[in-house]
Amino acid sequence: MWTAVCKYTQLEPGRGVAALVDGAAVAVFRLGDGSVHAVGNVDPFSGASVISRGITGRRADGTATVASPMYKDVFDLVTGRALDAPEVRLPVYAVRRHRGLVWIGPDVTSVSENDAELLTMATSAA
Amino acid sequence: MSPSLRKVLVVGHGMVAHRFVSSLLDHARDDGRPAPAVTVFGAEARPAYDRVRLSSWFDDRDPAGLHLDPYPDGAVEVVAPATVVAVDREAQTVTTSDGAVRSYDTLVLATGSRPFVPPVEQHTAPGCFVYRTLDDVEAIADYAQDRKTGVVVGGGLLGLEAAKALTSLGLQTTVVEFAPRLMPLQVDDGGAAALQARIAELGVTLLTGTRLDRVVVDDGGVACAVQAIRGEETVSVEADIVVFAAGVRPEDGLARTAGLDVGERGGIVVDELCRTSDHRVYAIGECALAADGRVYGLVAPGYQMAEAAAAHIAAASDERAFTGADTSTKLKLLGVEVASFGDAFGAAEGAMAATYSDSRRRVYRKLTIAPDGRLLGGILVGDADDYGTLRALVGEQPPAAPEQLLLPAGAAGAVKIGPAGLPDAAVLCSCHNVTKGAICTAIHDLADKGEGEVTPKQIGLCTKAGTGCGSCVTSIKSLIQATGSGGSSGLCEHFSQTRSELYTIVRRDRITTFADLLAKHGTAAAGRPAGAAADGCDVCKPAVGSILASLGGLLAASQGTGRKPHVLDGGQAALQDTNDHVLANLQRNGSYSVVPRIPGGEITPDKLIVIGEVARDFGLYTKITGGQRIDLFGAQMADLPKIWRRLVDAGFESGHAYGKALRTVKSCVGSTWCRYGVQDSVKMAIDLELRYRGLRAPHKIKMAVSGCARECAEAQSKDVGVIATERGWNLYVGGNGGARPRHADLLATDLDDQTLVRTIDRFLALYIAEADRLERTATWVERYEGGLDRLRAVLIDDVEDRGVELEALIAAHIEAYADEWRAVLDDPAKLARFATFVNAPEAPDPTVEFVPERGQIKPLLTLGRR
Ligand code: SRM
Ligand SMILES: Cc1cc2nc3c(=O)[nH]c(=O)nc-3n(C[C@H](O)[C@H](O)[C@H](O)COP(=O)(O)OP(=O)(O)OC[C@H]3O[C@@H](n4cnc5c(N)ncnc54)[C@H](O)[C@@H]3O)c2cc1C
Ligand code: SF4
Ligand code: FES
Repeated sequence: MWTAVCKYTQLEPGRGVAALVDGAAVAVFRLGDGSVHAVGNVDPFSGASVISRGITGRRADGTATVASPMYKDVFDLVTGRALDAPEVRLPVYAVRRHRGLVWIGPDVTSVSENDAELLTMATSAA
Repeated sequence: MSPSLRKVLVVGHGMVAHRFVSSLLDHARDDGRPAPAVTVFGAEARPAYDRVRLSSWFDDRDPAGLHLDPYPDGAVEVVAPATVVAVDREAQTVTTSDGAVRSYDTLVLATGSRPFVPPVEQHTAPGCFVYRTLDDVEAIADYAQDRKTGVVVGGGLLGLEAAKALTSLGLQTTVVEFAPRLMPLQVDDGGAAALQARIAELGVTLLTGTRLDRVVVDDGGVACAVQAIRGEETVSVEADIVVFAAGVRPEDGLARTAGLDVGERGGIVVDELCRTSDHRVYAIGECALAADGRVYGLVAPGYQMAEAAAAHIAAASDERAFTGADTSTKLKLLGVEVASFGDAFGAAEGAMAATYSDSRRRVYRKLTIAPDGRLLGGILVGDADDYGTLRALVGEQPPAAPEQLLLPAGAAGAVKIGPAGLPDAAVLCSCHNVTKGAICTAIHDLADKGEGEVTPKQIGLCTKAGTGCGSCVTSIKSLIQATGSGGSSGLCEHFSQTRSELYTIVRRDRITTFADLLAKHGTAAAGRPAGAAADGCDVCKPAVGSILASLGGLLAASQGTGRKPHVLDGGQAALQDTNDHVLANLQRNGSYSVVPRIPGGEITPDKLIVIGEVARDFGLYTKITGGQRIDLFGAQMADLPKIWRRLVDAGFESGHAYGKALRTVKSCVGSTWCRYGVQDSVKMAIDLELRYRGLRAPHKIKMAVSGCARECAEAQSKDVGVIATERGWNLYVGGNGGARPRHADLLATDLDDQTLVRTIDRFLALYIAEADRLERTATWVERYEGGLDRLRAVLIDDVEDRGVELEALIAAHIEAYADEWRAVLDDPAKLARFATFVNAPEAPDPTVEFVPERGQIKPLLTLGRR
C-alpha cells in the first residue's frame, strides 16, 4: 500500500525527483514550506516522463504548482489539474513522511478535489 | 456641412499643414460626417515629411523614411510641386505659379519659414547652401563628394545639426557663431562650455564671438573660403562648402501681398483661433505670429496651432485655442543631450540659481529658483535624463533641495524624483497641457475597466498626453508602472521589480540566494501575506537564477574565497529548468542532447574521432548543428555523466547549448586560407568564444566573425557580429535570426583587437544589466533609450562613466570560469541528481524508446506533439 522511496532529506526544497512505484513513474516534490507532493511523472501533453524535472512554484492564492519542462504547462500539485486546461489532469498520489522517509500511497486523484483536507493531512503528516 | 468646411485650401505642405489636415479628417470621422474637400499646395515636390529629423537623412539616405503618414485614399487632393503666388480675398481664390486659379471657402496658410542668409558678399556663390529641406541635404551631400572643408554659419540648433552632417560627409568642419557661445537661445555660459567641450572632442572647430564677413571665391567664382572677424582680428577659414544656418524668418510674403496684417518683425498676425485679420483665412506654424506676440520656431507649438485651427474650422470649437506654448526643448546634438526649460536663464526678478558642473564628465546642470523657492526653469547639458520630471516641477516647490536634484544619479545625497513624486498639478505633458493628476485619473479609469494592461497609447487617446513631441512618454510609462496597471513591468506576482532592477539590487547588496532576495525584496516582504509566496514560481526562479549566475564571478571575487561559483550550487539548482539542471537539452521524448563546445568551429581530427566514438558507444544520433558544432541526441538522463566523463577526459567542455548564455562564435576560414581574407577570423572567434564561454545572460547570445566583407560567417545576423577590415574590425550588435530576423547595427568601425574586445565586454555587461528576462539583444538594442547613438556614446565614449563597472563584470566572469561539466563530475551531490528514479537509480526510463532511421536512431513517440 505505501512505498518508501527516499529519505526526506534527499529531497531538495523546490525540486522534484522521480520514483518507481508499482511500475508507475511518480514525481515527488518538497516545497519551500516543507510540504511534500506526489503526482504522475508523465506529462499528458507530450507523453514524456519528465514532470519531476519541472520548476515548482506557488501562486498568490497559495496554489502549489509545477511547470512541465516540455511545453511549460503549469499543473496544480494538489488537484493535478493543468491550470490552463483543467480537463487535463495528472494522477495525484497520497504521500507522507514517516521515520525520516518519504512514503508514496494510493492514487487519490478522485478525492483530491473534494477532500483537500485528507490530502493535506496525508502530505504534512510527519 | 458648415460653410467653412465646404472647400478648404491649404498653402504649404510641411509638418504643421500635415497635422492640420489629419486633424480635420479626424474631426469629420469622429462626428460621423463626410470628409471635407481639402486641397493642399506644396512647393516641395514630395509628400509631407518630418523636417525635425531632416539630419537623419544622412544615416540611410532614404527620404521615404522621413515621410509622414499618408492620408486615407482619396481623402485629400495634394498638388505638388505647386507654389501659390497670389491670394484674392475678395474673390476667395488663389493662383499658383503655373497660372491655375482655385477658389476656397476657408484658406489656411502654413508656409513655414525660410532660412535667413546674411547678405554678405558672394553669399549666393556655388558652394553656398542652406539647411532646411530634403532638396538642400541632397544637394549638400552631392556637392561634398571629393571636397574637404566646410564652414557652417550659425552655432544654434540648426548649425550644430548641419555641422554634424558635414562631419559625417568627411569634411573638416568649422562652426562660425556670432554670439560668444553656442546655442545662445537655449543655454548659458556654463552649459555652452560643457557642450563646446564635447563637440570639440568630435573634431569640429568652433569659432564663437566671430562674425562672418564674406564668402571668398576662387577664379571660377566658386566658394573656397570664408573671411570672418573675431574681435580686432580677421580670420580666414578654408571652405569648399558654406552652409548658412543662421536662423529663419517667417514665410509671410503671400500674406503681405494679400493685405493681411503682419507683425513688425514678420509673421502673419493671428488670434487665439489662428484666424488672420480676414476670418476666412487662418495661419498656423512657423509663418504665424501667435496671439501671445511670438513666432514659434518649434514643431510642438505649430501642432497646437494646427489643432486649434482644425477644431475651429470643423466644429466651431474654441476649446483648443492657442494662447502660447512652452518652448522647453530637449535635443540630442552630435550625440550630446541638451535640454532647456522654463525660465532657463533666471530672468524673473530675484531669481536665484543652483548649478552642478563636472568638467571631467562634461556635464552641466542648472536650476533657477524664485525667491519663494519655486522652481523656475533649468538647463541640462550632457545628462538630461530627468528633463521630463524637472520640467513638470516648474512653478512648484520641489520636494528636495535644488542642489540635491542636480547631483548625478548615484552620487551621495542625490535625489531623483520619479514622476510618481510629482504633485498632481504638475504639467507632465507640456505639448497638450496635461497634468499628472489628469494622467493618473485616466490610468485608474482604464484599469477599472479591467481590459488588460494600460498602455501609454491608451492614455494618449483619452488625454492626448504623449501625442505631441513624445518627450513625456517615459514619465507616463513610469506612472502606469507605479499604479501596477501596466501588467508586464514587474517580473511576476512575487517581485514587483523588473529583471534589470533585481539585477541592480543583487549586485549592490551582494545577494547570493533566491530565498534571501525573495525575503528582502519580494512582494511578500512589502506587506502582502508571507508564506504563500515563499516558493517563487517558474517565472522568477529561472530569471533570478540567471542573474545570480551572471553575477557569480563578481560575488565570488568580492567574498575573496577564491572558490569558483557553479550554476548548480546551493539553492540555485532548484531555480533552473531541466536543461540547466542537468546541463543538457531536453528532447521531445524525455531524452537529452549533448553539445560539446567547439570554439570557432575549429576541431582536430582526434577530437572528431572522440565524438564519433562516444556517439557510437552510447548509441546517440549525431548531427552537425547550425552553430558549427556537433549535437549528440538521445541520451538518457542517467547516462549524461558517463558521456561527459569521456568527453571531458578528451579535453571537451560544456557548450552551454542548454543555457541562456553564450552559445557559439561562428567563424569563416579567414586570412589563413581564404584568398580574400584580411584578418584571422578563426583566431578571433576562438578568442571570443573562450572569453565569454559560460557567461549567463537574459537570453542566449550568439556571435560570429567573418574574415572579410564577403561575410561568410553571417555575422550580421548575430547578437555580436565582427567583420574584418583592412584596418581592423567592424563591430555589429543586435542581430537576430529566429522568427523575427533582424540585421545587426554597425556600432563601430576599424577597431583594433583590444578596443574590439573591450567594446564587446561593455556591450554584453550592459545587456546583462539592463535587458528584460528572455529578451534577446535585438529587441533590447531596438528599444534602448536614445537609440544606437546613445548606446555608442555609452559603450565607446563612456559618457555615463560606466566602462570600469561593465568591464569588471566580464573580468570577474573570466576569472571565475570553470567548466560546468567537469565540476559536476567531481561532485557526488551533483551527480546524484542524474538518477532516473530516486529509488532505482540505474533503471532506464521505460518511456524513452527509439527506432532506427537512416542508419541512426530516432525517438519512438507515444503521444506525439500536441
Ligand atoms: C541544434 C540546433 C538546430 C540544428 O540542428 O542545427 C538548434 C536547436 C534548438 N534551437 Fe535553435 N538551434 C540551433 C541553431 C539556431 C540558429 C542558428 C545559429 O545559431 O546560427 C538560430 C537562429 C539564430 C538566432 O538565434 O538568432 C536558432 C534559433 C532558435 C530560436 C529563436 C530565437 C529567437 O530569438 O527568435 C529558438 C527559441 C528560443 O530560444 O526561445 C531556438 C531553440 C532551439 C531549441 C533549444 C528548442 C528547444 O527548446 O528544444 C532546440 C534545442 C536543441 C538541442 O536540443 O540541442 N533556436 N537556432 C542548432 C544548435 C546550434 C548550436 O550549435 O548551439
Ligand atoms: C534641420 C532642422 C532641425 C529641426 N529640429 C527641430 C527640433 O528638434 N525640434 C523642433 O521642435 N523643431 C525643429 N525644427 C523646426 C521644425 O522643423 C519646424 O518648426 C516645423 O517644420 C515647422 O513646420 P511648418 O509646417 O510650420 O513649416 P515647414 O515645415 O517649413 O513647411 C512649410 C512648407 O510650405 C511650403 N511653402 C512655403 N510657401 C509656399 C507657397 N507659397 N506655396 C506652396 N508651398 C509653400 C514650403 O516649401 C514648406 O514645404 C528643425 C528644423 C530643421 C530645418
Ligand atoms: S528550427 Fe525549430 S525544429 Fe529546428 S532545431 Fe530550431 S527549434 Fe528545433
Ligand atoms: S510633452 Fe510633448 S507629447 Fe507630452
